[in-house]
Amino acid sequence: MGPTTVTLLTIIAEGLLRERLIDDVMRLGASGYTLSEVHGRGTRGIAGQFWHGAQVRIEALVGTATADSILAHLETHYFADYSVIAYTTEVRVLRPDKYT
Amino acid sequence: MELAGTFGILQQNLLSPLTLAFLLGMLATLVKSDVEFPEPAYKFIAFYLMFAIGLNGGVELAGTTFAAFALPALATIFLAFLLPSLCYVVLRAIFRFDVANAAGVAALYGSVSSVTFAAGIGVVEAAGMGYEGFIPTMAALAEWGMIVALFWGRLGLKSRGDAIGKVVQETLTGRSVILLMGGLVIGALIGEPGFERIAVVFSQGPEGLFRGVLVLFLVEMGMVAARQLREFARVGPRMLVFGTMMPVLMGLLGATLGSLAGLSVGGAFILAAIAGSASYIDAPAAVRTTFPQANPSIYLTSSLGITLPFNLLLGLPLLYAYTQWFCDQLARCPVLPPGA
Repeated sequence: MGPTTVTLLTIIAEGLLRERLIDDVMRLGASGYTLSEVHGRGTRGIAGQFWHGAQVRIEALVGTATADSILAHLETHYFADYSVIAYTTEVRVLRPDKYT
Repeated sequence: MELAGTFGILQQNLLSPLTLAFLLGMLATLVKSDVEFPEPAYKFIAFYLMFAIGLNGGVELAGTTFAAFALPALATIFLAFLLPSLCYVVLRAIFRFDVANAAGVAALYGSVSSVTFAAGIGVVEAAGMGYEGFIPTMAALAEWGMIVALFWGRLGLKSRGDAIGKVVQETLTGRSVILLMGGLVIGALIGEPGFERIAVVFSQGPEGLFRGVLVLFLVEMGMVAARQLREFARVGPRMLVFGTMMPVLMGLLGATLGSLAGLSVGGAFILAAIAGSASYIDAPAAVRTTFPQANPSIYLTSSLGITLPFNLLLGLPLLYAYTQWFCDQLARCPVLPPGA
């Protein structure tokens, strides 16, 4: 079987939210994630405040429904008060069962 | 208080390696130099400083009676309640802050800046004085001020939830409390003979690394403070008033209560430094979690950009002069020899 399309969900957030976001992503149905420290600037200024180091980027390969429920969760819990952005892209993978 | 005396202390403080290192850090950032302090090194040095302060205090704990400790501890607990409450009321009533921002700023000013605390110890050491071994305990007790402020904020917002319990737990197990108190216990257990063998790394005296490491750390703090100062325009001049007047007021209260509670000149001054300082490492994270709607620019710029440099350059010498004067004239506090 050739490559199948799944959703790559990317969240970039202030470092303070690291543990909470990982919990949320896993709880809402992702089977894993990749975390990296990143640096950048957004509408709220430099979000990576020094006492928590860099911002975090959390990436997870998930099904569309899971991606949507995580996005909805971010919207209700974080977007108003925290520096968080999130987006999805369609990507092609082998072994889609691993992710969805 | 003789003016010439105060001026002398000011001048001495400005030319101390601690202050000069801090100014170098500020300058490096202001001229956009590529000087950089790696983050792991920053974390390591902060770890070292707190642990060393605890150890040194613990070694000197031997011979402290409960009676000598009880009153200063009571005074510190009272300050931990009074200072953040005072900040909160002033910010709400005079500065017209909303609840979340007032509580956020009050939480930072209610807790302790490790750098200012360590610099206070540096000033006492440089003056050839000693201080009570249990002083690190006072710093740990004073951290509770943060919780008082968060409590006022929660009350003001009428919000419920379990976040306060989590914050209490995080304060009790926070790195500065664990390292200070852990160092204190270890220091008390190993005593003078055990400490002698590790003194070359941990001693605050001339034979140890502590002073030099603190100087290094202040270069980084100068850079951090100057970076935060760039946000000043977004915060406005009102925080300049709060960020300079409030630490003086809080420090004066600390020195006064400390002297009356029977602390030595050195001890009362360090309590003033604890009282007058504003945190910018642990408290902002707690505030961000508890009141995400409060503006970090306001509380961070005020604490880190304004109060920290103010305290290091002017606040500490002022409080030192006041403590000496008050102790001389009214409280008759003892002067402890270094390493007492």
